[in-house]
Amino acid sequence: MSAALDLFTIVAVAAGAFFFLAGTVGLLRFPDVFTHLHALSKADNLGLGLVVLGLLPQASGLLAGLKLISIWLIVLLVGATVSQMIARAARRAGPHA
Amino acid sequence: MIAALNWGIALLVLGLAIWTIVARDTFAAIVGFVAYGLLLTLAWVALRGVDVALTEAAIGGGLTGVLLIRAAAKLRRTEAASNAEHPGVPTRVAAALVAACVTAALAVAVLALPDPAPTLAPETAANIAATGVGNPITAVLLAFRAMDTLLEAIVVLFALIGVWSLAPDRLWGGHPGPRHQADPNGVLAFLARLLPPIGIIVGVYIFWIGADLPGGKFQGATILAAMWLLAMMAGLADTPPVSRTWLRLALIAGPVVFIAIGAAGVAFAGAFLGYPDGLAKPLIKVIEWALLPSLAVMLALIMAGAPERTAR
Repeated sequence: MSAALDLFTIVAVAAGAFFFLAGTVGLLRFPDVFTHLHALSKADNLGLGLVVLGLLPQASGLLAGLKLISIWLIVLLVGATVSQMIARAARRAGPHA
Repeated sequence: MIAALNWGIALLVLGLAIWTIVARDTFAAIVGFVAYGLLLTLAWVALRGVDVALTEAAIGGGLTGVLLIRAAAKLRRTEAASNAEHPGVPTRVAAALVAACVTAALAVAVLALPDPAPTLAPETAANIAATGVGNPITAVLLAFRAMDTLLEAIVVLFALIGVWSLAPDRLWGGHPGPRHQADPNGVLAFLARLLPPIGIIVGVYIFWIGADLPGGKFQGATILAAMWLLAMMAGLADTPPVSRTWLRLALIAGPVVFIAIGAAGVAFAGAFLGYPDGLAKPLIKVIEWALLPSLAVMLALIMAGAPERTAR
């Protein structure tokens, strides 16, 4: 059972790391602010979500697991808000900013 | 595996430090500095200094970053002129020499440390029971080296007075910083309504857990200050005029309680900041509870800046 949980952790965290890698490549390769934000939000939402999901079986108890999940939820909330604000500022500044 | 991670963090920290210095654009350099602070946090975690890591993340990465961005925004008007100046070769050589000498002196000092390094950790571990506190960092900060912590809190207060003293005479006593305007139905106002209740709980939790686990008043106060700043930036709350009596009392309450308990130690425990037997933990708790709101107000107002508008 514990070997299966460890395997689950490895697969999920590796998948999360892949999304962070893909997000970073997107940030470097995509042409403008809006597509940069698109790439970053994938890393934050899916990447961190998968890392948290993978770490849940390793958490020392229910409370630690809830803390991990709440970290993900707070990052989702703040990440979405900041993306909106950056996108609005970029739209106001015009296409060449 | 862990060694490879540690090497990776060390190389990234060094690379980012160099990049931060080399970057020509001030804003880019600040972003580099904040990322550097976050990497340094990872380095402290790798060294198992979780208390230091929390402080670095909150103050080194977060708070200092905001302070630097504000400073950069104020300097923007004069930045082009200062970037156009090119120091002559002698100035550059002299600067490089001084910097190289400082680096060499630091390297020699670190490499000359005896191995194993001198440590007071065993004495701390042996005497921690006398304080009744479970977290050795808190025991050092508030019992064995309480004087340092007292002076630290007062230094933050002095920093705030320094920021305030930048106000012109006619604005003295007014509201610090600009009045922020934001769409009351926009995303920022939404976040500023949703996040503070969560942030206040997290801040108080990090403060509360500090007695036995990594955490403490500085880290907790930074989070509380950040929540207040969020409400200010979203236009939901205004900064209080610096002439308000309640504000002045809130600022000095923490240091005053700390000094009073320290002075009482002279009478009851035979030394300034000495705690009578059995009362160490309750007194430490009182000091921490008194310092938390004072520090939160100090840090938030340092961020808010000098008075810019007359009090209504």
